[in-house]
Amino acid sequence: MNKNKIYPRWFVILPLIIYVVFFLFPSILGIFYSFTDWGRMTSKNGLHFVGLQNYIDLFTSNKNYMDGFWNTIRFTLISNVVKIIPAFFLAILLNSRLKGKKFYRTVFYLPSILPFVIIGIIFKSIFSYNTGLLNSSLTALGLGALKQKWLSDPGMVWNSIFSVDAWRGIGYVMTIFLAGLNTIDDSLYEAAEIDGAGFWKKLSYVTLPMMRGPIMINLVFGITYGLKVFDIIYVLTNGGPGHKTEVMTTYVFQLYGSGQYGMSTAMNTLLLAVTAVIGVIIVRVMSGKEAEG
Amino acid sequence: MGKSKRIIQAIIKQVVCIALSLLVLVPLYMVVINSFKTKGEAARMSLKFPTTWVFGNYADVIQKAGLIRGFANSMIYALVATSVGVIISAMAAFVLSRNRIRINRKLYYFFIIGLFFPVNYVTLVRVFQWFHLTNTRLGIILVFISSMVPFCIFTIYSFVESVPREIDEAAVIDGAGPLQMFFRVDLPMMKPTIVTCFILEFMGVWNDFLTPLYLSSKSSLFPMTMAVYQFFGKNQQYWNYVFADIVMTLIPVIVVYFIGQRYLLEGTTGGSVKG
Repeated sequence: MNKNKIYPRWFVILPLIIYVVFFLFPSILGIFYSFTDWGRMTSKNGLHFVGLQNYIDLFTSNKNYMDGFWNTIRFTLISNVVKIIPAFFLAILLNSRLKGKKFYRTVFYLPSILPFVIIGIIFKSIFSYNTGLLNSSLTALGLGALKQKWLSDPGMVWNSIFSVDAWRGIGYVMTIFLAGLNTIDDSLYEAAEIDGAGFWKKLSYVTLPMMRGPIMINLVFGITYGLKVFDIIYVLTNGGPGHKTEVMTTYVFQLYGSGQYGMSTAMNTLLLAVTAVIGVIIVRVMSGKEAEG
Repeated sequence: MGKSKRIIQAIIKQVVCIALSLLVLVPLYMVVINSFKTKGEAARMSLKFPTTWVFGNYADVIQKAGLIRGFANSMIYALVATSVGVIISAMAAFVLSRNRIRINRKLYYFFIIGLFFPVNYVTLVRVFQWFHLTNTRLGIILVFISSMVPFCIFTIYSFVESVPREIDEAAVIDGAGPLQMFFRVDLPMMKPTIVTCFILEFMGVWNDFLTPLYLSSKSSLFPMTMAVYQFFGKNQQYWNYVFADIVMTLIPVIVVYFIGQRYLLEGTTGGSVKG
């Protein structure tokens, strides 16, 4: 049978057009505009090429745009570590003999379906210094000394953001691990037990090698999420205190808001470059695996 | 293992799980309970029951926050974008997975690369001007579709392998065209992954904040998330209202979650989990 006839190429056309026009094309266009002085005044003054000026400004300006870059990288690394490792052990816990595991699974997953904006507002209230639930609970427990300015103390604010992010995300990561754990045959563990393997040996010789797929998925989703993070930071701190928690996307939005569209797209193009490098590496690994199998 | 050791282990596990459940549920409980308090009482944000239950907060918020319009907008965006996006992605993923000629494999990776890229909203504003889509629901829906295509194709593609090819051949021999074959025979077999994508993307659109933030300057186009954020900005002292607003925004997502959780918790990643 003619495959091109039963599986016609035009099935692909509609998503391809929408994807190219509204997703890829704006990114490419962004690269073009990042070399111009595009801005709020362009309709009056016209558009001019400025070469690498926007990028030079990003790297050398005294507005700490580069801190946004490093904060993005830092957020991506730390937020993934604090989610993936606990989620892994939580999945093992829920995969073991445990009463009420269905209930716990439902509860742990719940936060990851809630909108970031709402989570942000809820935790803004919980973190509020005078009346927030966190500080008043600490006082009630006699731990008033531990009270913090959770969102306005520059030394504390990142920890607060990571906590909220983990509160939301751990259940999702855990669920992907659980799906992977389900596919591991019990007989593997039994064989390992006969060989006298304890918890940690079973973990490193049976569980970890079998979990390469789920670990990969969690890393891919986690890294792309981390690089593009916006909502939670925008709502919780809006980049503050000062510019302490600014990331690339918050700068993109600010520059857009202040009418410096060229600078804004330059920042976005920088982000695009970072994600493209990481994306190409991951896709290479994936397509290499498929070619093997 | 001795019996007493096993009991102690079970107790420790339960304690850990209960503690973590409280960590998840207490913030949500705080929101719900304070949404029934007076302004002054809600501002203290305690976990105590209200001295008097103020159900009127909800009626007030529905009026003040433009919730009905926000709800309708969110519903339109989520339902239309998700239905169209998932179905056309399924058609594409199906063909790409079944007929792996060179160009189709290239196309697959061309789509997948979209999982990583950030959307450039700034130039998207420009593209909207060219297509006369500025401040239209159609434009916002198209953007939602475009950003869900990579994930849906990625998820559905690997699932298609588990749908037997023989049923296609049988359908073709019975005289079905490609469309008929896909919708009558293959799509029903793909139900688990389709439903998973639908739920995840529905919630993704419902929860999205960035797209309307950049692309709609008219508040009549705001979805619920934007309406809540705006309302929060204007009414920071009225925690009773803010919390009531939050509860109403969360109800639809939580309903979808409980209806679809079988698909979410068991099929989250479809075939892609296999190492």
